[in-house]
Amino acid sequence: MLRKNWWKIVGIVLLVITFIEGFLGNVPRKPILHETIRNYYFHVVMWMSMMIFFIVSVTYSVKYLRSQKHAADIYAEEFAKTGIVFSLLGITTGSVWARYTWGAFWSNDPKQLGAAIAILIYLAYVVLRNSIPDIDKRARISAVYNIFAFAMLFPTIFIIPRLVESLHPGGMGNPVFNSQDVDPKMHLIFLLIAVPGWTLMGLWITSLRIRLRFLNEKKFGHE
Amino acid sequence: MHITQFILIPKQLKHIFTLLKKDVLLEIRQQYSFYGVILYAASSIFVLHLAMEQPESAVWNGLFWMNQLFICVNAVAKSFLQENRGRSLYYYSIAGAKDFILAKLLFNMVLMLLMTLVSVLLFLLLLGSPMNKVLLFIFISCFGGISLSFVFTFVAAIAARAQQNAAIMAILGFPLIIPQLLLLMKLSNIAFSDVFQSGLSSIILLLSAFDVMVIALAVILFPFLWKD
Repeated sequence: MLRKNWWKIVGIVLLVITFIEGFLGNVPRKPILHETIRNYYFHVVMWMSMMIFFIVSVTYSVKYLRSQKHAADIYAEEFAKTGIVFSLLGITTGSVWARYTWGAFWSNDPKQLGAAIAILIYLAYVVLRNSIPDIDKRARISAVYNIFAFAMLFPTIFIIPRLVESLHPGGMGNPVFNSQDVDPKMHLIFLLIAVPGWTLMGLWITSLRIRLRFLNEKKFGHE
Repeated sequence: MHITQFILIPKQLKHIFTLLKKDVLLEIRQQYSFYGVILYAASSIFVLHLAMEQPESAVWNGLFWMNQLFICVNAVAKSFLQENRGRSLYYYSIAGAKDFILAKLLFNMVLMLLMTLVSVLLFLLLLGSPMNKVLLFIFISCFGGISLSFVFTFVAAIAARAQQNAAIMAILGFPLIIPQLLLLMKLSNIAFSDVFQSGLSSIILLLSAFDVMVIALAVILFPFLWKD
């Protein structure tokens, strides 16, 4: 299925619609937010896609531990790496948004801190992988860390920022992700076009990287 | 995964107890990590005393938890260093991986509890006591010490398999521990303020849930680390 072309075309079309809607579409102009709400199609989506990739990555890690199949390890690594790219994009778009609504690129808001911690945790995953030369051992240990890190990530991103005061939506009395709070049309575009579009783009990147990895291993395996 | 993994039968309790006894005996005979870490704590707190004398409460709190973090890394990192490959094989043949990690968790918990008490005492002695509720603070710091020890025990287990112990442990452990440290600092702020603050029980509950999760993950995942 991953070699087929149709989903790549769908992804590109969805992203083109996202960009057209994002830059030219009609958005409600609310105080403080004004035009920055357009970032909704980019910033929020980055985090959603990142979560999807990390979930896929951890699933492959579990799969690896259960089956010891080398391919599962490569999948887990590449999905985690794509997740890191999306998280970096997410934190960048987020701080640009923060600059125009909260007044500064970085204000040590709990959500920003949580995001930074999540990035550090996954960068540590990459460092851990590189520090182990033996392939099987690397796969096993990094799978264990990936599962552990994922379980620790959830409280970081979802629970703690809600316990403390935060400017970010999703906190106390400052809800997010339900259709009453966001313009219904925007919400629909977000869920049906932006999220699938970016996720398919990430999936494409990941599938290319995975194919490259397999080709490399084939090449060096036969030497 | 099967539910029986979490149920400890008496034989396993015996294994855990034996492994724990082994760790304690080794500690008493070699007196390597205990006094080493106490000296580490004492000298770092003394340096803090020279640098800050009597800091205000926010600084005191921050310094205390940072110091706890480093003490924990030092105390716990040693616990897997002495287990070389041959010995691991031996443990594997007489007890299970699960018993082994539970014994380690218990041992590090006790070690960290002692370290916490020592460092609280030294902090109170050398850096003054800006807090209003000293007993509450001691309770919170013991609770925090236990939480830290659980997370770092598992991280140390991973790091020990990755060989480059100290560096990899800091890289893996510090980001993972930040959420708990943030919660602990928030919690201990309650001990510093003179007005009553709510939220004590909910944070303690959350941290306990965290601990339970870490233990469960350690028990489930450690057998995979162990195999070679």
